[in-house]
This record gives sequence, C-alpha cells and structure tokens, in this order.
Amino acid sequence: MSRLLVSNGLILDPVTQSVKTSNVYIADGSIIAIDHEPDGFEAEHSIDATGLIISPGLVDLCARLREPGLEFKADIQSEAVAAASAGITTLCCPPDTHPVIDEPAVVELIHRKAVTAAHTNVVTLGALTRGLEGKFLSEMSTLYTAGCVGVSNSRKPVANTLILRRAYSYAANYGITVFIEPDEHWLSMGGCAHDGPVATRLGLQGIPVSAETVAISRALELILETGVKAHFGRLSSSHAVELIRRAKERGMEITADVSAHQLFLNEMDINSFNSMCHVLPPLRSQRDMEALRQAVKDGVIDAICSDHQPHEPDAKQAPFASTQAGISSLETLLPLTLRLVHEQVVPGYTAQSLLSTQPAAILGIDAGVLAANRPADICIYDPEQDWQLETTTMLSRGKNTPFAGWNFQGKVRYTIIAGELIYAA
Amino acid sequence: MDEIAKPDQLLEKLADDLKQLLVEREIDDPLMVGIHTGGAWIASSLHAKLSISQPLATLDISFYRDDFSRIGMNPRVKPSSLPPQVEDKHIILIDDVLQTGRTIRAAMNEIFDYGRPASITLVCLVDRSGRELPIQADVIGQHLRPGTDQHIKLSGPEPLEFVIT
Amino acid sequence: MVNKSTSPTDPLIGNDSWNIQLDSKGRLKHFLTIEGLGSEILTNILDTAESFANVNEQRVKKVPLLRGKTIVNLFFEASTRTRTTFELAAKRLSADILNINISTSATSKGESLLDTLQNLQAMLCDMFIVRHCDSGAAHFIAGNVAPHISVINAGDGRHAHPTQAMLDMFTIRRNKGRDFGKLRVAIVGDLLHSRVARSQIHALNILNTGDVRVIAPKTLIPTDIEDMGVSVFNDLEAGIKDADVIIMLRLQRERMQGAFLPSEHEYYSQYGLSEERLLAARDDAIVMHPGPINRGVEIESSVADGARSVILDQVTYGISVRMAIMSMVLGREPELTETEAS
Repeated sequence: MSRLLVSNGLILDPVTQSVKTSNVYIADGSIIAIDHEPDGFEAEHSIDATGLIISPGLVDLCARLREPGLEFKADIQSEAVAAASAGITTLCCPPDTHPVIDEPAVVELIHRKAVTAAHTNVVTLGALTRGLEGKFLSEMSTLYTAGCVGVSNSRKPVANTLILRRAYSYAANYGITVFIEPDEHWLSMGGCAHDGPVATRLGLQGIPVSAETVAISRALELILETGVKAHFGRLSSSHAVELIRRAKERGMEITADVSAHQLFLNEMDINSFNSMCHVLPPLRSQRDMEALRQAVKDGVIDAICSDHQPHEPDAKQAPFASTQAGISSLETLLPLTLRLVHEQVVPGYTAQSLLSTQPAAILGIDAGVLAANRPADICIYDPEQDWQLETTTMLSRGKNTPFAGWNFQGKVRYTIIAGELIYAA
Repeated sequence: MDEIAKPDQLLEKLADDLKQLLVEREIDDPLMVGIHTGGAWIASSLHAKLSISQPLATLDISFYRDDFSRIGMNPRVKPSSLPPQVEDKHIILIDDVLQTGRTIRAAMNEIFDYGRPASITLVCLVDRSGRELPIQADVIGQHLRPGTDQHIKLSGPEPLEFVIT
Repeated sequence: MVNKSTSPTDPLIGNDSWNIQLDSKGRLKHFLTIEGLGSEILTNILDTAESFANVNEQRVKKVPLLRGKTIVNLFFEASTRTRTTFELAAKRLSADILNINISTSATSKGESLLDTLQNLQAMLCDMFIVRHCDSGAAHFIAGNVAPHISVINAGDGRHAHPTQAMLDMFTIRRNKGRDFGKLRVAIVGDLLHSRVARSQIHALNILNTGDVRVIAPKTLIPTDIEDMGVSVFNDLEAGIKDADVIIMLRLQRERMQGAFLPSEHEYYSQYGLSEERLLAARDDAIVMHPGPINRGVEIESSVADGARSVILDQVTYGISVRMAIMSMVLGREPELTETEAS
C-alpha cells in the first residue's frame, strides 16, 4: 500500500504545550511513526509541509448530509468533498434523514455512499425512538451493531418523560451513548429567535433560554437515575453552561459541544431579518456568547462542531420566520476555531483537541490523534494564509452562511484520509 | 437688464389697467385669486384698491406642479382657499412674476378641478422672458428682459420688494 | 464585533433597515419601519400630512400629484379598513390602484412569495403596499423587488405598522402641539402581539416624548421591551397616572387560547379603560385606539364615544398621513434616468 511522508511540518503537542517541527510517516492507511524514521521507509509520495501545521483530521460531531431524503439540498458526495476540503476527516450524521436512521438498511446506505464518495469518514447516530416520533423505542442494539456510534432524538420531542426515561435506560443497557439536542418543545414551539430585546424589536416569536435549560435539567435527572452515557449537543446559553458545569462538578460523566457559529454570532446579527442567522438553537445574547466562549476556554465544553445544515436557496428566501433554520458550516468549522486561537481564547493545541481528539473520544472512534498505529486521517493547513469566504467558491451545495465575505487566517492545504491524499488545495 | 420699477409703483399701474380692462370686458363681479405667495400679496392689495366684493381667494399650486417628480414634496403647502363654486365666475388670476408659464398652467388646472369658470384674466406684476408654454398675461406691470440666469423674486408682504439674484 | 466585510450586493446578506429605506440622497424610498428614521423625516411626514389634511377638507379632495402612477395593494392578510384607507389615499392623489388579495389566490396554491412578486412586477407598477402575517415580510419584499419599485409596509406580523404610528403621531400633534417632550404617553394592552405599538414606541422616542409607558399583564409584555425605551407597568391606574395620551390596543380573542389570559372579563376588570379609571389621567388627556374597538373588553363604550376620545379623528387623519407618505416616497427623482430635456 502506498507510503506517504509528510515532512517538515509543525505539530502542536498538548503534552509539552509546544510546537515542534516533525515528519509523519504513513503506510497502509495508518501513521507508522512520527519524527523517528522507520527503518527502510521509502516514501512513494511525499508532502512538503514546511510552514504548515499537521493536525489530526477534524472530527465533526454533527453534520447533516441531507441524503437520504433531502437530496435537493445536498448529498453525501458533495458534502463529503466539501468536508475534505475543510480538513474534516470524520463527520457524524444525525438520524433525521428521510427515512430516519432507525433501520440498519439506512445505516448501510449512508455508509456505502460515504465509502463511494471516498472523501471523508461518515459515522451515524441512530434514532432514539422509532421514526423520531418519540413514542416507541427504536431497535438501538440492532442499530449499534449496524454501525451507529450512538442514538439521538435530534431536536424532536419525546412524547413524555416516562418514555424518555425508558429510552435512556434502554440505551444504557447496551452502553450506547445518548446524544441530546436539548429542547423543551412546548417552550420553543413557533419560535425562531432568542427571546430577548432583538426578537421583541423585530416582532419575532422568541425561544426563551428555559427551552434549553428545562430540557437539560430534565435530562440530567434522568441520566442520574438511568446511568446512561450522555452528550449534550449545541449549547446556546450561559445558563446551560452553568448546568453542565455543575453536573460535571458533581462527577457526572457527561460531555457537551457548541457549534462554531455560536461563538461568534449573537442575536444582534439577525439585524434586519437576516435569514442567514436563523438557526436552532437561536443566536442568543452577547452575554450568552461570551459564556460559551469562556466554557470552551475552561473545558466545560468539550468540543466544537459545525452543525452543518446545507439548504437550497429557496429555504432562506422568505420572511425570517418562514425560512428554514441552519447554516452551511463545514467550511467554517476550522477557520472560526482558528479565530478563537487568534483572539487568544484558547491556545492552538486546545483548539486541536476541541476539533479532533475530544470529538473522537465522544464518538468512541479511533480518530483525532496523531500517533503511531492510529489511522492516518490528517489535516495539513497553512496557519498564515489569509483568505475570504465566498459563496461562489464554497464546495458544499449549501451556500447559506452568514460568514460570506468574512476574512479568515488559516487554510487547509492537504487532507489525508486513511493514508491517501484526498484533497490538495 | 432694464431698470425695474418699484412694486408699489407697478401696483398702481396694475390697478388702473385692470380697472379699465374689467370695464371693457363688462365684468362687474369678478373673483380674485392670488397665487401663493407673491401673487397672494399682490391680489390682497388689488382687492382693496378695486374694492372687489367677492372675498379674496388664494391658490397653492404645489400639488399641480409638473416637476413634482424632480423636486419632490414640499412639506409646507399652504391651503388653497377657492370658494366651493367657481362655475360661471369671472376669475382674475394674479401672480408676481411670469416666466416659463408653468405656474399659470398649474393654477388653471387647479381652478378647472373646481369647476368651469366663465373666464380667466391673468394679471402679473412682472412679465419676463423665458416662456416655455404659450401663456400670456392680460395686464402687466412691467416687461423685462433680464439675463437668462438672473432670478427675480418678490419679497413681502411689508414692504414689497424685488429681490434679484 | 469581529472584523467582517459584507457585500451589500450579495443577496444572501441582509441590509440595515435604514439603508434599505433611504435612497442615496437620504430620501424615503421605502416606508417599512419607523425604526432608524430621524426626527426630521418624521416631522416632514407630519407637515406634509397637514397640507393634505387641508386638501381633504376642501370640496375637491383630489390632486394630480401621482397621476400615471400605479399602486398595488398587496394584502396577504385580510384587512378591509387599512386597505380602503390606502385605496382612498391613492385615488385622492390621482394614482391608479390595484387591489390584490393574496390570501385567497396564489400563495395558498403554494406559489412562493418570490414568485408572486416576480409575476406582479411584470405588470410594471410603481409601488407595493404590503400587509403580511410574517414579521420582516415588507423588508423581504423591498429587498427583492425591481429597483424602481417602492414598498410601503401596511403591517408585517408583529413587527411594524409605520403608517398607523404616523397617523397616531399626527393625532397627538394636532391635539397636544409639537412639543412631545412634555408629554406622558401610555400604551395599554397586548404589547406582545402588537406591531402598532412597536412602531408607536419608535416614533414617540424619535420625537423625544417625555415619558413613554407600556401597560399590560406580564404575559402580554414582550421580553426586554425596556430596551426599546419605555417603562413597564402592570397596573393600569398607576401607569396612566397624569398621562396626556392613552393609546388602547385591541385584545384578540385568541389570547385566551394561548393561556395568556383567563378571560375577557378579568382583563376588562383589571386593564379595561373605564370612565372611572380614566380619572387617573390628566383632565385633558386624549384617548386613542388604532381600531377596531372591542367595546367592554379593552375600553368602556362611553369612553370610546366620549369627549376625550379622538378615535374617529384618527381614521380621518389616516388618509392625509398616507397621502403624505405615498407622495414623499413616489415623489423622488428616479436615480437612474437619462437626463430629460428641461
């Protein structure tokens, strides 16, 4: 199999908290050594990574590929290509496809398509309840065996708390992690923006913070009683951060992520009905945004994901409340996180951990680490390159992003998956 | 430019000429209508000098201008005060400076929106060159040929004076 | 905020409301919301409306100002009152007016708002007057019509009803004079769902009103409304104490459904403007209501018909104010014409 040498690049080492110039030796899809050249290693291809950072490939905890069922928005092929160009080597697809991922056949379909696309690894979350309808348990064990790394009910409600408790208990039975997007649907129903001064001024129906915190509180109590492993996805408020912090302090084994855009945008960005800022959970106040950034800094939040939701143009071309929520965000996951580094919110190796090492651990997959005998999923980027995001050059089929026109520093040059050079800028 | 007489002097001439014209045309109960703002001042003076019995009416032609799209809305449009009936009346329409003729055209349009007058007699204090429409005054204080970029305006009401820029 | 560059020509990016409302010379091109306009423009509107009020008191109420212009009433939400006032205003300006009631036609068949707009634009009109149930609809339409078309917002969702707010300001000015600084104005009722109230609050603040108060039970007060520049009261009598102007808002039946209120009866007993409650306000306070009135729910009949009520005047003024706004918006030199021979 092909042997690849990545030479003279910079590796961020969290242990020594330093940057080191290194070589990475790859063969048979794995990293076989770092720095110490293996005996007799002859590279068939090599990449000169002088001045570039060699990072584990990004592991994106939540990216919607729209296939099966919503192929008019995007498909696995197009989004896998976009992911690779953005340095993302594994992404996790939530179960709200059409049909829902509650049958092994759907899992297999997605995996097969991802393999064919050959641009990024795709893992899936199975549905917590059948059809995501919140009434009956899904066949979690079967889904797990078919390859799902966890289960989730997406943002859809479970019919009542009893069913939720039983679902968690059942997941715990097999040691399956529950991925929770906390939303108390009665409190958020009909809302499209944070319940605050901007929604008031614009006459938009608000989603109060309690929609998130009531759901988190309820879930935490059930997690305590059932012992299920749980991950909270896409936090949006400072109160939510506090709940997670306190739960962790009590010793609960939970993890949490935030989507990258929540660290840079808040309710003010809706401005004058900018539908590109229509997201769920909504962009909240400046204080909430700062609390999320602080939580990333001090480790209450374990990972940053994209929450990628590509849309066709029509989905965003209507009055605000009638548009569909979501940002096409694969291509801004790394740039926004690097901006956190530039703004000195986190050091570079922490950013790496937030994007690769920790998400991989949350998903329970062998990824996100640059070390010998680990899969050769690698992102090599130029930390100095200045560029501007333009919708015309985005690779995702979804161009719905409020970051169009933003200037970024740091761009992916090479992406290696299973030891193969998949993307070169 | 020719020497321009004082407004008061011209008013005397207007009053005399108008009186004579009314006799010639056998108009004995005219309705005097002054165009805001300068025409209204002159009309007020003539109304008194000729002892006209019908109350003085005034017209603001802002809404009838033909250059509305170009100059936009003037927020301070004074109310026009035409009597409810202009049918079969002999109107004496009075303005200060006659130049392009567009103001008079607008004034006539406005009068006709109120009804069909028996006649309209046009009285102007000053008739200067620069006509863009076929409009002529019946009674004129003074003819002038100023330079094309010279503007003549009447200021008032007390004292009435010409302002030339 | 972080460094960002936004391209104003990129249709995927929103514009500031004030940007989209004004042309390059700062004149009103659209009239979508009071927010972001300066007191000079608002005063201009009120002064222009005075001129039209004079016209409307004449026997001949028509002026040829907008002759040859085509105005389309685009109502996605049914409304007879507002639509007819705009129609009357347009006709008195000699414009041609087309009434399109979309709630019964195209979009109910699934045609997108954008497609509806494009079809209408093909008819080559000059102005859309839009009422829609979604907040931000007027902005959306203004951002998606051909450059020569102006849009007036006749009410979008809960966001804004700027022409109503202007006629309310006109009514206040006619009754209380030009100095709003010495006025205490109280707005009472369902603030949460009211686009009229939001526009009124903006207008009152831009015109430097001394004290703007909102009065309602907590369930009907929008979150952080204080940020809009008002003080909040949950007690009617405390709120209207020494008020110069009381604006009552309509309570809709649906509020009982959404668990905002238990009953109209209890609402009236606590928040209804009765003769007795009115005594808390100043002796010369005026009572306003954007209509339609729910007698016995938000206001006592005798107050609505009483000496302090200026509710019917509001309706009359509505025509002059709308004539003023329509002429100001359409009476601008088009910015992309060839030079005309003068």
